Amino acid sequence: MTATATPEAPAEVDLGGEARSRRADWGFRTLVTAAGLTVLAVLGLILVTTSLRAAPAFQDEGVFGFITGTRWAPNDDVFGTFPMLYGTLVTSLIAMVIAVPVSIGIALFITEVAHRRSRKYIVTVIDLLATVPSVVFGLVAVLVVVPAITPAYQWFADLVAPVPGLNAIFDESNTGRNYITASLVLAIMAIPIITSIAREVFATVPETDKQAAYALGATRWEMVKGAILPHSFGGLVGASMLGLGRAMGETIAVALVIGGSVSIAANLFEPGNTMAAIIAQQWGESSGLHQDALIAIGVELFAITVIINFLARVVVRRAEIKMKGAHS
Amino acid sequence: MTSLNTAPDLTGRNLSKRRAFANRTATILIGLCVLIAALPLVLVAWEVVTRGGSALSLGFLTEEIPRNYRTEGPGMGPAILGTLAITGMAALIAIPIGVLGAVYLNEYGKNRPLARFIRTMADVMTGVPSIVMGLFIYVAYVLVIGEKVGFGGSLALACLMLPIVIRSAEEMLRLVPDELRQASAGLGARKWRTTMSVVLPSASSGITSGALLAVARAAGETAPIIVTVGLTYIYKPDLFYGENTTLAAQIYRNATQPFAASQERAWGAALTLIAIVFLFTVVSRIIASRFAIDKR
Repeated sequence: MTATATPEAPAEVDLGGEARSRRADWGFRTLVTAAGLTVLAVLGLILVTTSLRAAPAFQDEGVFGFITGTRWAPNDDVFGTFPMLYGTLVTSLIAMVIAVPVSIGIALFITEVAHRRSRKYIVTVIDLLATVPSVVFGLVAVLVVVPAITPAYQWFADLVAPVPGLNAIFDESNTGRNYITASLVLAIMAIPIITSIAREVFATVPETDKQAAYALGATRWEMVKGAILPHSFGGLVGASMLGLGRAMGETIAVALVIGGSVSIAANLFEPGNTMAAIIAQQWGESSGLHQDALIAIGVELFAITVIINFLARVVVRRAEIKMKGAHS
Repeated sequence: MTSLNTAPDLTGRNLSKRRAFANRTATILIGLCVLIAALPLVLVAWEVVTRGGSALSLGFLTEEIPRNYRTEGPGMGPAILGTLAITGMAALIAIPIGVLGAVYLNEYGKNRPLARFIRTMADVMTGVPSIVMGLFIYVAYVLVIGEKVGFGGSLALACLMLPIVIRSAEEMLRLVPDELRQASAGLGARKWRTTMSVVLPSASSGITSGALLAVARAAGETAPIIVTVGLTYIYKPDLFYGENTTLAAQIYRNATQPFAASQERAWGAALTLIAIVFLFTVVSRIIASRFAIDKR
């Protein structure tokens, strides 16, 4: 591009830029790359710093003993966290049993049933549900729902008392702060995230598939069953796992309604505890090894949620690629 | 032409009873799901507005927090200041880093393995429980400087906001048409100049809207605050000195008490917090719809 051509060509145009400009480009590139790398740095730092701090607690019990031990007695320096792991799994799995079908229903309503105008209102409702801070859900649950719902638990326990099996799971209890209440709160908090991903998944179902189902004479429900659900199965599994990860990590709302007893009870109407909730409940009065043990629970929780989230993302992405591959 | 003189029946009136019944039941159940989701929202809104409304007053918004749970009367001023200051500082940290990170992902990294890995890990990071972020900052910052301060809460909230800002900003950068980048390059602008003066400005409304949503989410966080920030009853505008407090932390603290006075303060704080979060959300929506570049 140097000016060697005809005489009437304009004076030399410098497209290479000066060295300073080139340095600015390099500097900008370094800056944004560093910003991108902070994500990896933060995740790495979380793992390293908290693990180092938690090491004494892990050493005290052994990693295996820490995870599987059933006795939690900070005053005796005994730290077994299995009751909390149990509580976390029970509450978040029950929450998913409630939230996943409801979320799929809402997503179907939004994509298939609702008219354009009502669709907007429903989406707003779900978005609003997502913006309510978890501590406010906890506040309403502990001061309004718990007193109101305790008689209902009592009634249900009496109802299933003659049924073997069920009467062990839903037994008498004198408190409304228990696994079930925590599960209900978690379910409500998980609904917005599962719904939003389920909607994205349903949006990838090809219009031609739906129209084909209708053309064969299918009713709407048969179309949903035959065209939408099979197509979206992988994505829905991923969405449920994301909701599960979110539910397992939820802290404050659960801390307010779970009751806070460290025990393993089959009776879902009895108080329990979860990994995240016990950290919030006991943090203020903890020090020394007790505090290290709480941080160790955090490390365990971090590992579990990262694995679940990672798998969920892989599942969702794979499902997306499969759909795009089949219909592009 | 005799075989086609009856049009096919498309009304669905002649469906078998079983099929019609299944279809109607499914539609009703699906509608019921929406009600199940709307119910808690109505309950929360009703309880917070009615109970919080009676606690709210000018004094409630400005006075200091009573030291005793049983003391009747108002006071959440320091918590309101703390919420705004701690969340604001978190936004100052997370938004620039997040937007630059998004620039890397969309303008430089694209489909390279490193960029894909960062994208996945940012998604994973949105799933890290907020209490873990609190513990992380406690270990990595609070223990290092030796006291709980408001800035610790800002760092924890910034960690929570970062992946949300990155992913939403990247979505917005992706919507910027490539023609703009090519036109800018054609005028001789270098890539950093194209990014700064063409790409980012044209995506700015979307980025702002996404960032505000992240701020709204962070303002309601409780767990990292109680781990890193501590507690105070008086105004603490200096985030780098002394323990602080936020509305969310005050709700948690007062909700666990059996005294009517503290519970009333919890409801008042809840209404204030929801108002703040709602305000951010609405502003974000307005910006998103008013200044949206046309999506696809």
